[in-house]
Order: sequence, then structure tokens, then C-alpha cells
Amino acid sequence: MKRVLAVTFALAAGLSLQSASAQDAAKGKTTLETVKARGMLSCGVSQGLPGFSAPDDKGNWTGIDVDVCRALAAVIFNDPTKVKFVPLSAKDRFIALQSSEIDVLSRNTTWTLSRDTSLGANFTGVTYYDGQGFLVKKSLKVNSALELNGASVCVQTGTTTEQNLADYFKSNKMKYEVIAFSSADETVKAYESGRCDVFTSDVSQLYAERLKLANPADHVVLPEVISKEPLGPMVRHGDDQWFDLVKWTLFAMMDAEEFGITQKNVDEMVKTADKPDLKRVLGTDGNFGEQLGVTKDWVVRIVKAVGNYGESFDRNVGAGSKLGIARGLNKLWNKGGIQYAPPIR
Amino acid sequence: MAVEPRKPPPQFWFKLRRALGGRAGWGGLALQVLFVAALAWISYEIVGNARGNLETQHIASGFGFMSGTAGFGVSQNLIPYSETDTYTRVFLVGLLNTLVVAIVGIFFATIIGFLVGLGRLSPNWLVSRVAGGYVELIRNLPLLFQILFWYLAVLSALPSPRQSVSVFGSFFLNNRGLVVPQPIPHDGLPAFLIALAVAIVGSLALRYYARRQLFGSGRVITIWPYVLGLLIGLPLIAALAFGVPLTFERPVLRGFNFAGGSRLIPELVALVIALSTYTAAFIAEVVRGGVLAVHKGQMEAGASLGLSRGATLRLIVVPQAMRVILPPLTNQYLNLTKNSSLAVAIGYPDLFSVFAGTTLSQTGQAIEVIAITMGVYLLISLVTSAIMSFYGWRISRSMGA
Repeated sequence: MKRVLAVTFALAAGLSLQSASAQDAAKGKTTLETVKARGMLSCGVSQGLPGFSAPDDKGNWTGIDVDVCRALAAVIFNDPTKVKFVPLSAKDRFIALQSSEIDVLSRNTTWTLSRDTSLGANFTGVTYYDGQGFLVKKSLKVNSALELNGASVCVQTGTTTEQNLADYFKSNKMKYEVIAFSSADETVKAYESGRCDVFTSDVSQLYAERLKLANPADHVVLPEVISKEPLGPMVRHGDDQWFDLVKWTLFAMMDAEEFGITQKNVDEMVKTADKPDLKRVLGTDGNFGEQLGVTKDWVVRIVKAVGNYGESFDRNVGAGSKLGIARGLNKLWNKGGIQYAPPIR
Repeated sequence: MAVEPRKPPPQFWFKLRRALGGRAGWGGLALQVLFVAALAWISYEIVGNARGNLETQHIASGFGFMSGTAGFGVSQNLIPYSETDTYTRVFLVGLLNTLVVAIVGIFFATIIGFLVGLGRLSPNWLVSRVAGGYVELIRNLPLLFQILFWYLAVLSALPSPRQSVSVFGSFFLNNRGLVVPQPIPHDGLPAFLIALAVAIVGSLALRYYARRQLFGSGRVITIWPYVLGLLIGLPLIAALAFGVPLTFERPVLRGFNFAGGSRLIPELVALVIALSTYTAAFIAEVVRGGVLAVHKGQMEAGASLGLSRGATLRLIVVPQAMRVILPPLTNQYLNLTKNSSLAVAIGYPDLFSVFAGTTLSQTGQAIEVIAITMGVYLLISLVTSAIMSFYGWRISRSMGA
């Protein structure tokens, strides 16, 4: 809350007296040049959402959103550790991006029209196709979200969740009471103490938060998914080169998965690649990296740093993680999902 | 040679110069004009620059968003509100929720504060130590911590709705709050309210008359039977003549929560308890300081007149202490109002939470929303301190000081 004020002041001051990055922009310095000069990528993440962005016991940030930033750092610096992670609440995240406190926002943020237009920022792609769901105590014996008439619902403020919730209950002619908290931790604590019957959020987040509860097995995620929540990274308006770079970093991870390039076999593949499309991806043919303003071997750098999209998914949220979320919609297009990256050519 | 008498400077110019430039004269005036001009220029630059930069970054600006549909629910609304209402409505709902907390909090903080402050001065060893312990404990713990403590303490102590504590089958206490029967107005209500108002005005007039008699000619008139008769009798007659003013809808457990009835949410209870006990600790010290500032001869004078300690305090000491108490008391009221924005931590839908929180993140118009919110808190604080200044002016006038 204090942060909102601080950032707003920074925004107001930054807009009037011009903060360092805004000054650079005014001098015609691109975001890429600014990041290079700083020697560090500044990446906005969540305050701790397992699977997406959370610090481990040694203070290293991990997660699928974190991997996007690490991949970006690998492309720019050939070093995935050159990222400063800035934990942001749902409320503060856009202000931090607008005021140039961060270069890219990779914080499980839902892509919506109003956010894409009026915030002065653009979404660069979809890291994870999610949807909103409900977590309830098993003891309530509720099997469907349609049985929730009259329930008290805990929700984190500053998210699309509040509006989806209102829409869903209204269109199903059900009454409800909403209690909105400013951080995810407080929301879950209120749910756990019995203030609410239901905790609602993106399904991936429900699974992640359920792990933190005292007795995860006593709680169940209801089958209904009531909204489309495509989560993706965001960048500021006005720097198309940076927009392209962030966009194609994510695409490269997906293309790498499509070509079967993995962290293990990438070196081998660079040596033996002979198919023209594979050579283009690996940078042994053409100058696609240079067109983006970085080096030819950019995809190789990404895969070495964080693996391909499938590897990152599996390690952070999928079968290889504690969350164990099925890939579902997030499978590649040729495997029955909807993740589809344009070709590198 | 005749000496011409020195002419005094023209009154008008002298007064104007004094008003505008103070002791420094016209030079001071020039300085002030320059200062105001500089301030105006700086704010013009800031506004212009911010607007320009917002435009180049394509960030929406202006106040048009206030008429957009909010589309989210609020758990406590004193005026009718639904998801289809505008952000302006959300703003009003949040503002009223903030005012409720501030007013109720100030009310209880004042009562607790005066009791504890006077208790600390009590000759009774136990009372003064308990009051002292209260002050030291409460004022030395962070407020946010206390709010969370009360919230979680209140919540964990209360049962779930299905195991509610029930009083007479009409009042239910559970971890969703206190559910009470909801009054439903009927045709007899206006007449009933008018009768009640007449009774109150009549009682006040009686009291005024009795006091005049007491101070004027020393006659003591017993008025309480008449007052009681007025307050109960008149509304009763109105109800008999015009029909039942109100019926009560009893809450019924349906599904997850109680349907029907009105409800006091636990967030409000926890917030009011935390804010009033916290501020009371400071008010207690202010009161103690004020009372100690009154010469102890006043206390002795009261005792020698045969007044009890309570009557001496009430009639002699506290009125004199009020002059000292009032300015710091105003500060405490303002602090309480501003601290109410910590509500966001426990999900109470105050102005800061629903407007500077949800509305801000849904519209993304940080500058406008924060500016409005700051303006409102400023206005609430200014009104509070204006009321307190008026009260202070009345006190000093009544004491002839």
C-alpha cells in the first residue's frame, strides 16, 4: 500500500522530472541499450507464486515466468543470472512498468483488451493458458460452482478475478459476498480461518496456494473454469525493438520444443544440424538474431539457460514439479494444445 | 517658523500594506508574490509535463473512467450498490465505509481514552496501574499488528455459520459477522419518526428551562419523569394512531450464510476495536496531561465545597482541562481517520481498498485515482479539525478567556 504511493510519486516525479530510464528514452536510447548499459535486466515478478515466480530456500527465483526473464538475460548477456527480480503485488505491477522501474513484467498477468490499450503497455505473448476456478473445503460437500449460491468468497484485489467472479454469479443468478485482500497470503489466511467458503483465483494459483495450506488434501478445486486467463509478459509502449525481442524470446522457447532441441542435446544439434529450418533456428544459417538486435546464437543461448518451453513447463508447474499440473491447453499445437509459435525464418 | 503637524499615512494604504506584507512592508509583499508565482509555475510544469508524457506513452488519462462500469462486488455498502454501478458509486461506497470507521472509532476512542486517562490519575492504586499498563502496552505495539491480531483473534474465536451462537433465535454471531433482524419500514414510520423528533426537541427544551431555573434562581426542577413520558409516550401514540412503524425480518440460515437480516462484518468490528483501543491509549495521555495542567487548587476547592471527586472532575477540572486537551485531541482524531486506511490489510472495503486499490488497478489511472484519494483524506481531516476548532472557540468563549 505504501508502495503504491511511493511508486505513484515516482511515476509523477518520473513523468515530470524524468527518471533515469525515461531520460534515456528521451535521449532516444532504446530499452535494449539501457539494459545493456546497466548490465542487468530488471524483471517484475510476483511476490511468491510457486511454479510461476517464487524464491527458493537459497533465494534463487524459479518459475515459468522467471524463466522468461532468464531466457531474455541469456539472449542479451549470455548469462541467465543477470536479472534483478522485483517482486510486485497485483496492484503495483503496472505502475512499476509504466514508471520504468522494470524493463519487462513477467508476473502471471492476464491479457485483456483494456490492459493492452489503456495502460501504455503491450502483451508480448502467452506463457500459460489459465482460467479462473474455485477452491473449497471438502467438508462443505460442494461438487460444482453452481452450488455456491450465498457463499462468501475470498479474492485478491487488483486482479481480473473480481470482475469474473461478479459476472459468473450474476449470469447464474446466484448471490455471494466478496472479501477482497491486497495480498495473496492474507487472502489464503482468511480462507483458511473460515472467513470465506471459497477462495477464487486462476486455477494454477489455486493449486500452488493449496500446497501452502495446513492440510492440502482437505481442499478441492472445483471442476468449473469460469474464464479465459491467458497469462503473459508485458512491455512498455513505444519501443518496438524491445517488444519484438521479448515476444520472440518466448516464441523461440516454443519453437525449440517443436524441433526437439533440449538443454541436453543443444550442443550436439548445433554441430550436426543439416535441415535448413533447424539451422535457421540454431543460428548456423541466416542472421535472424541480428535482425532482433542480438547475436545469431540467441536460441541456443535460451535453451542452454532455461531449456525449451516444454522443459521449463515440466520443471516448474508440470509433472516434474510439486504442483503436478497437467499440460492441457498448454501443449504445443501439434500435440493437441494451443501453444503455437510463428516460424523463425 | 510654524511646524506643520506630521500627517499620518492614509489609513487604507497602511492597513493594506500591513495585511499583505506583514512587518516587512512592501518588500515582504513582493517576496510573497514571487513565491506564489514560482509555486504556480512549478505546478504548471509538473501537470503539463505529466500530461505530455502520459500522452506519448499512450496511457489513458482524465476523469472519464469515473462513469465506467465497476463490475466487482463490495462486501459492505451503506448505499445500494451492485456490480453494474459506476466507479463513482464505488467511490461513494468506499468513502462512506471510511467515514463509518472514522466516526465510530472516534466515538469509542474518546470514551475509552477519557476513562483510561482519568483512571490513571485515580487515587485507587489498582485502577491507576491497570490504566498505566493499558497505555504502555497498546501505544508501544505497531497498529497494523494490532489490526491483524484483532482480526485473526475475532475470526478464530467465532464459530462457522452453521454453528452460530444464537440469541433468542434472532441474533446470530459467527465468523461472517453479527447477523441481526433487519428493520423493514411500514406506513407508520414517518409519523413515528416525527413524534420521536418532537419528543427529543421537547426534552431538550425542558432541560434548557430547568438549567435556566437552576442557575437563575437556584430552583431545582425534576424533569426526568416528563422526559421519559415524552420520549416513550409520543412515539407510542403515533404508532397506535398511524400503524406499526417497523417490522423485523429474521435472518434464516440458508446454504452457506444467513439470508435476510442485516450484518455487521467482522472486518469492521476488528478495525474499529483496533483503531479505537490504539488511539484511546494516546488520548488517555492527552487527557492526563490536560488534567494535570489544571491547578490542583481547583480540585481542593471542589472538595472543600463538598463535591465528590467525580463531580469535581466533571464540573470543574475537565472543562478547564479541555482547553489544553483539545488541540492534541484533534491530532489523535486525524490520526485515527488516516490510520483507517490500514483496513486494506484485513479486507475491509474502505476508500483506500476499493478505490485506490481495485479501481486503480482495473483502470490503471494511478495519478487521477491517487489524487482524488489524497484530496478526500485531506478534506476529511480539514473538516474534522474545523469542527474541533469551532468547539475550542466555544469553550474559550464560555470561559471568558
